[in-house]
Amino acid sequence: MTAAMATLRRRRRSGVNRGQAVSGWLFTAPVLIILGLFLLIPVLMAAWVSVSDWTGRGSPLSPDVHFIGAQNYGRVLWAGGLSESDFGTALKNNFWYAILVVPIQTVVALALALAVNRRMLRGRGFFRTAYYFPSVTSSVAITVLWLFLFSTTGAVNAVIAWFGVKGPNWFNAPAGIFHFGASSGPAALTSHKILGVSWWDWLGGPSVAMSAFIILAVFTTSGTFMLLFLAALQNLSGDVEEAAMMDGANSRQRFFRVTLPQLRPTLFTVITLGLIGCWQVFDQIYTGTRGNPSKTTLTPAYLSYTAAFNNQQWGQGAAIAFILFVIIIVFTLIQRWVLAEKAVSKRRMGWITRASARSRDVAAPSAVVSGQSNDSGPRERDGS
Amino acid sequence: MKISRAVAVIAAAGLAVGLTACGSGFSSGGSTQDNTKPLSILIGSSGDAETAAVKSAVAAWSKTSGIKATVTVASDLNQQLAQGFSSGKPADVFYLSTDALAGYASNGSLYSYGDKLSNKSDFYPNLVKSFTYDNKLVCAPKDFSTLQLIINTDLWSKAGLTDADIPTTWDQLQTVATKLTTGSQTGLVIGGEYARIGAFMTEAGGNLMNADSTKATADSDANLKALDYVKQNLIAGDFKFAADVGAGWGGEAFGKQLGAMTIEGNWITGSQTADYPNIKYEVAPLPKGPAGAGTLQFSNCWGIAADSANKTGALDLVQKLTTKSDQLAFAKAFGVMPSIQSAAGDWKKEFPNLAPFLDAAAYAQNVPAAKGASDVVTDFNSQVAKLATGDPKTILSSTQANLEALLK
Repeated sequence: MTAAMATLRRRRRSGVNRGQAVSGWLFTAPVLIILGLFLLIPVLMAAWVSVSDWTGRGSPLSPDVHFIGAQNYGRVLWAGGLSESDFGTALKNNFWYAILVVPIQTVVALALALAVNRRMLRGRGFFRTAYYFPSVTSSVAITVLWLFLFSTTGAVNAVIAWFGVKGPNWFNAPAGIFHFGASSGPAALTSHKILGVSWWDWLGGPSVAMSAFIILAVFTTSGTFMLLFLAALQNLSGDVEEAAMMDGANSRQRFFRVTLPQLRPTLFTVITLGLIGCWQVFDQIYTGTRGNPSKTTLTPAYLSYTAAFNNQQWGQGAAIAFILFVIIIVFTLIQRWVLAEKAVSKRRMGWITRASARSRDVAAPSAVVSGQSNDSGPRERDGS
Repeated sequence: MKISRAVAVIAAAGLAVGLTACGSGFSSGGSTQDNTKPLSILIGSSGDAETAAVKSAVAAWSKTSGIKATVTVASDLNQQLAQGFSSGKPADVFYLSTDALAGYASNGSLYSYGDKLSNKSDFYPNLVKSFTYDNKLVCAPKDFSTLQLIINTDLWSKAGLTDADIPTTWDQLQTVATKLTTGSQTGLVIGGEYARIGAFMTEAGGNLMNADSTKATADSDANLKALDYVKQNLIAGDFKFAADVGAGWGGEAFGKQLGAMTIEGNWITGSQTADYPNIKYEVAPLPKGPAGAGTLQFSNCWGIAADSANKTGALDLVQKLTTKSDQLAFAKAFGVMPSIQSAAGDWKKEFPNLAPFLDAAAYAQNVPAAKGASDVVTDFNSQVAKLATGDPKTILSSTQANLEALLK
């Protein structure tokens, strides 16, 4: 009797569950269909194009289009022709761009956030808006502004001239900034190549023209990330800060040992978004320099576009896009690993125990052992 | 288990919907022909004057033929063409540059109608060569431009030079350029790219490729001679590249009097009138090099899409747009040169001081048009921009290797 009732109840409940599941899927269907249509299918089709000989006429799914294996990838990665050295150059340019933009914009954004987070600051609203403003302006408009500011007779060079220095011809200067004016390097560096680009060129750093774009990127994106940091800062409880103050931590220690560790999830977000944005840089190049001078502002995203649309090398364009995708994933994983919460090292643990023993001797036990462990455990796990 | 099956079903449904949607986007081409179907014309315009001139010419044709035709100005011609071809619904008639021709001709996007043109023999033979693919004229040359030497007459006389000093050899060019170099002013300022330096190559008897772009000739002695000559003058300081004096192109440097001479095409007249109306200048033929006169020519053609639903109408329109009267109207509106020989006399009468540009039609050389050549030219440009410190031989041999790779 009871057993029968139990089965009945269970069956009815599972019927209810099924009804809920169906309506659940029904409600999510529009998003799933839209995502599938505008994201999944294009990605799958691009994947197909990257291994096909599609020439850009008619459907890539038509029977005239053939599977050609990794040939398109080969042309940009190991065939040794112009496509490979172009891709190598683009990768080199973007590598330096990312290496410089990501840390600078993160530090600047954090500094701005700390500045406008201070209670003492008058007109905080004004400054918050002002710093955020470049981020909401269209990148095309800012690029055009940059072309004017950094022209030979532009405002930037006028300012540099006050100090008696003749400014460079920014967007026309192809020299790598770490070459320091040397026009050719030692044979040991120039005779070896990776992806068709010599070691000497790899080590040359961004060109002067690319440096102007680096400043542009820092200028436009710092505001956005400032907002993220600001939100995180306002979420921090004052208690921890106060406790640290009571323990006699000076402002520098409070920032590096208390505030910064608590910002780790935001830091992860900012650096990830920054990295992705850096590897996708396109608008500035397209409206500004189109890869000039001497290909030093060529980026993989722009190269993928020109390969497909200007040269009808659709497979090659799609292949570059997928390689870019892999690069972004790899960088994100590396960065995730670097920022991951690790067990506190022995040396550090010893320092902490010694410090807390000392404070136990001197005064009451402290709430703050270290910013490393207790402060933001659960939230952090959510964030990463 | 159940959930994953549901996901699979929905994903499959989404995929099916998506693919059918795409299916309608990628029509199979080979559409049925209809002589009355309206035409769309896609142009890359240099400005309002060009747009208005093309629109009025097309409207006049619409009136007589009774076929509706709309002119669209592309913001990025290459991109919009590519989108049209891949969707199977391209514009019927469009501007097509020499470097894009081989790519589209090889994938069958273009309707090769050259043999059907009644005025085929009237086009300049060199232009016909640049729009020939597989030994057939693919499309009708729209118009063309050549490079010549532009001289600032005020700066010229200020330096004590007269008409007798107009250079006819490389040595003379070097002499006057040195005389014209004072202070912030450089004798000759040109764009640091193949499309200008190539003129010196042709004067020395070379070029990057042969006339039909079937053979790479980049590493010839003639080209080396040309690059050595330019390099030597760059080092001496009487030649400079526009980028190195802070100008975007030769015409800007010339207008700002940063250069007393430049090498540009007939398009410079428009920009000088608009931006630097006070600069007085004169067009002279480029000096002869070791192999005689030489220059480069640039052109576009009127492409017709293979997928067009009204090829007869499109051909009729192109036939009309390449007539003498239409081409002269275009020349007056935006300063191009007619692509047909029979219009030369009228054009010279209209623009006597620009005659050297048209005279060059007899000896002007084509830019490389093999599939992928524009990439190689871009690479050449990126190296030649650093010519003053670079090695001409290395530049030419790497360009040779890249061009040979295209022909395999």
